[in-house]
Order: sequence, then C-alpha cells, then structure tokens
Amino acid sequence: MTEALLEIANLSKRFREDHDMAARLAARMGMGHEPATVHAVDDVSFSVAPGEVVGLVGESGSGKSTIGRMIAGLLPPTHGTIRFEGADITTRNRAETTAAALQIQMIFQDPMSSLNPRMRVRDIISEAPVYHGIITQSQAREFVAQMLERVGLEPTAGDRYPHQFSGGQRQRIVIARALAVSPQFLICDESVAALDVSIQAQVLNLFMRLRRELGLAYLFISHDLGVVEHISDRVVILYLGRVVEIAPTDALFSDARHPYTQALLAEVPRLSFEKRRFEPIKGEIPSPMNPPPGCHFHTRCPFAGPRCSREVPRLRQDGPRAVACHLEDGGVA
Amino acid sequence: MTAVLQVENLKTHFFTRAGVVPAVDGVSFSVNRGEVMGLVGESGSGKTVTGFSIMGMVDKPGRIVGGRILYQGRDLANLREREWQAIRGRHIAMIFQDPMMTLNPVLKISTQMIEAVQAHVHISKQAARERCLATLARVGIPSPAERMDAYPHQFSGGMRQRVAIAIALLHDPEVIVADEPTTALDVTIQAQILAEVQKLAEGSGTALIWITHDLSVVSSLADNIAVMYAGRVVEQGRAATVLRHPAHPYTHGLIESIPSRNKRGVDLAQIPGMTPPLLDLPQGCAFRPRCPNATDACRADQPPREMPTGQMARCIHPMRESEVAQ
Repeated sequence: MTEALLEIANLSKRFREDHDMAARLAARMGMGHEPATVHAVDDVSFSVAPGEVVGLVGESGSGKSTIGRMIAGLLPPTHGTIRFEGADITTRNRAETTAAALQIQMIFQDPMSSLNPRMRVRDIISEAPVYHGIITQSQAREFVAQMLERVGLEPTAGDRYPHQFSGGQRQRIVIARALAVSPQFLICDESVAALDVSIQAQVLNLFMRLRRELGLAYLFISHDLGVVEHISDRVVILYLGRVVEIAPTDALFSDARHPYTQALLAEVPRLSFEKRRFEPIKGEIPSPMNPPPGCHFHTRCPFAGPRCSREVPRLRQDGPRAVACHLEDGGVA
Repeated sequence: MTAVLQVENLKTHFFTRAGVVPAVDGVSFSVNRGEVMGLVGESGSGKTVTGFSIMGMVDKPGRIVGGRILYQGRDLANLREREWQAIRGRHIAMIFQDPMMTLNPVLKISTQMIEAVQAHVHISKQAARERCLATLARVGIPSPAERMDAYPHQFSGGMRQRVAIAIALLHDPEVIVADEPTTALDVTIQAQILAEVQKLAEGSGTALIWITHDLSVVSSLADNIAVMYAGRVVEQGRAATVLRHPAHPYTHGLIESIPSRNKRGVDLAQIPGMTPPLLDLPQGCAFRPRCPNATDACRADQPPREMPTGQMARCIHPMRESEVAQ
C-alpha cells in the first residue's frame, strides 16, 4: 500500500460532565461524586490512502461524528495521534495546523445551518480563499463562477442568497465552498442523509465525479449502509466508540465477520419484491456513559460467551481486513 | 375484501398569500383490514398532508376542498371538530416521525396514556392503567409497570417511539396512519419497530397507512403502494408489481436511484432536475420537465389508467418492460 494520506492511531476522546456550582461546592465539602465520563471514541486506529474513500459506519453514540470532528480539527483528541501526510496535526504549530486545516474540509448534514443566510453565495465561496491568499478579491467573481460550475450550478448563482436554493442545491454550495481552498481530503458527515432519494443520487454522483477529477480522498460518515456500499472502497464499522471491523467494501458486504456487522447488514432495509419478516437483534444500544464491560456488543450478541464480558477483544489484522471479536481469536469460552 | 378506509379524489389545498397551493390534488386509494398501504413520495409530494387530511388535522390556511374520506360508509371530509374527536385516537390513530410530537415532555407516560384511554371510554383510572400496561407490553417495552411512571426524556429514541405506538394502539383502532415512524431511528432499532408493527397489523387486523420517502422500508412491509409526486398519486398497485414493473418514469427513476440497486463505483441513475414548486406546476403531467419519455401530449392532464401489469399509472408513455432493468 502507498503512503497513507491520513493515519489515525489510538485515537480517544473523552467528554467529562461539567460540574455546576452546587456540585463543585459539594465536592469542596467532600460530598462530591466523580464527574461522569463518556468514552465517545476509544482507541480507534485506521488510515485513508490518497484518493481513497473510506466509509465510517455506526449508529447513535458510536463516535463516528466525533472522529470526523477531531480529524477536521474541530475537537482536540484526548489521546492518540492524527497524522496527515506524515505529520501529526494535533501537536503542530499554528501555521502548520492552518495549512493542514485547508487540506481537510468538512461537509455537514444540514446545508442550511452551515451557510450564513445573510451572505451571498459568492461571498460564502470566496471568503476563505481570499483570506488565505489563494486568490485576490478581483479574481473572486471568476473563481466563484468556476467553482459553481464544477458542482453543477449556474455560474450566475453567486448573486443569490442560500434561501433561494433547494436543499440539494444548497448542499452543492457547501461542497463548492469546501472545494474553494483546494483540499485533498473531504469529511462528509451524513452529507446526503437529509436529501430526497432522487437528489441524494445527484449529490453522490457529484462526489464521485469530483473524486475522479480532483483525486480527492473522502471519509464518508453515514448510518446508511446502502450509500456507504455504493461510494466506499473500504468500510470501518464502529460500535460505542470502538472499531469492530474494517474491511474492503466487497468483502464486508459479502462476508461480514463481526456479529454486529452481520446484524447491521441483515437489518438494513433493501428493495425487495416480497414482504419479508424482520428478525431484529434484541436490545437497545447501551448508554456510552456506562458501556458494558469487555466487548461492548456482548449484551446483544447471539454468540456471546463468558470471555466476552471479561475481556476487550483485540482488533486483529488479517490481510486487508481486521475484526475485533473473540470468535475470530480463540473462542468465547 | 372490504375497504376499511377509502379515499376518493381527495383535494387539500392551502390558501396562502402567494396563491393556492394544491398540496393534495385528487388522491384516491383504499386500505383493507390487516393490510399495509405504503404511501411513498419525496418532500413536497403531499404524502404527509394526505395523512393529516385522513386524521382531520389540516390547519389553516389549508382546507379539504374536494373529495371524500369514507370510513365505514361515513364521509369524514366534512366532519366538525367535535365529531372528529370521537373518531381520532379511537378509530383512526396516528404515529409521527418524532415521538416527542406525541408525548408531552412534562407529564409522566402513565398520566398521558391514562388520559388517552379515559378520553374515549368511561372506565376507572385503575382499569385504564391496566389497559396501558398491557399495551406497553404488547409493543415490547420491558418491565412496563416500572417504566410507566417515568417521563419521556428518560426513554431512548426507540423506546419513545414504542410508547407513541402503544398510545396509538390503546383503543385498537381500525386504521393507523404512520408518518415516517422509523426515519429518525438507528438501523437496528428501526428493524425492531418494523418487526413489532408487522406483528400488530397481522395480529389485530389493523389497517396501516405507512407514509415514507424510503422505498426500501416500504418494499418489505407493504401490500400495496401508492407513489405520490407533486400532490398526485402517479402510480399505485400491488407492492410487488409496482416495484418489479414500475410503469411511471418517476417510480422507475426513484427505484433506480437507490444506491444498493446500482453497481459500486458506477454513477447512480439519477432523475434530472428537482421537484417543481407547487405554486407553479407545469401544465398536464407535473413530472414532464424531468421525464425522459415526455412528449407534447404530456401537456394534457393524464387520468390514471390501468397498465398491462395490473397497476394504475398516470402516464401515457409508461416504461416498457425492456427499459426496466431487473
């Protein structure tokens, strides 16, 4: 494999409950309790090669968005490293961090909440490249027209405001803004989840065209396995902050190893021509405040044995795949 | 089989300052006992307004301006609010996408449920409580007796949706209208809810109208499907027929743009353009500007016609068998 574009190693993020005044007072008088800690991300490692699309899949509380935010530099990690083009972006100085931040852009789920409703589209797109000296103010008009054309909008759309566009078009504006600083890496956090099916297909096609034209790499964060299967080269499956399985897309969808992945794949609604019976896995996703010991999934796993509640399974590498399950590593007894 | 609920040429329009918005414009369908009817459409197609019309919950500036909603031979379209109150919740109930829309955040689950029981039947509080417990157990809430006196925020999203479903079931209604009830839920929780709903529809004979944008969910659940576009049903029929032999180019486009139907790495089949604004609909077939088969003849209004494969579609240039990829 070629040099990784992005490499995250042993990445962890803990959120601690903030004590209010009463709790601080109680703590000072010796009656306090330990602030609750959430292990949102727990020792996660994976890498993304240049031009690769990696899908990051998980349900609520799996930490998928937190990982995206840490890579984009919006949250500092509690532990672990994030290397981009070989350099650790969590410890570098300010100038270098800025340079890396330009290389990594993020696209969120709701375009309306990431666009300033009072700014014209032209200013939204040209603000960052002008600030960072990529273009001058006088070049802005032409530059914006180019960017808009690249994402499939009218070059004249720059004169209008975000509310004058439909949801799909707004998402294209967000993508144009991200592309304006010539990034190498896009983090898409549920970027098509809020769009209608027919519009979602248009935006997914746009992502794939940009990948071909610009050689972009993506971290595609989604709960929608259909979308992830379509767009990703490799898939990372998360459960309660930990990686349970990493595999090339074809291998994962044809032969999932981890019981959680198997359950997810069995339950993803697919177009079927017959009514079918749903056979769901039992139980709720446990609270990340108080995750089960050992393997987080053992409370819902049909194959769980005594070892699963005792010992955290290791993520074992096996060729291009990796899985964290005792079944693959000596049994559950 | 007799239809429990029959919607005939329903028209619900909104009278806004900018003009009349024909949100629902001539929708007809019927649901039978124990059957699931999937009402599929994208944003602005009128699927939710159709559901609200059936529930008598269309607010100003909207109004039902035409058509009939026949429930047990009675037309509901022109009922007064008082008459509605006797039906809504008891004979026809609704489940929303967001359970917090059903639940009052500052009241205990028990308070809300007992109120819902006593609103329609005169029984003691204790008897009402018993009924609530039984219903909560039916939708798969573990230890309902303990959970019943908790507040909505103490439940997870999936459990809240179960409570909302339980409230809808309290009076064993003949019809349940479910508006995107699993859209906000995680995949594994969604499957649990779908399994519960499937059991309920089969066990109690409740007719279910399942409103969704997600063809995949409805394909494994529904007996019949109606696909809506810009306020009209463009295609309806047995679910297997509509999905296997889509006749309307819009249905065909929707099915083809589902990612898992496509080869990985190859561009998704996409429908060009976007839904037209309801205030400014194209003349004739509203899908015309986006349709690959459109001709000048499409400028005239298309009545629903029967297709060779058995379903109804509003289209004079339906997809031919050869064009429908399997």
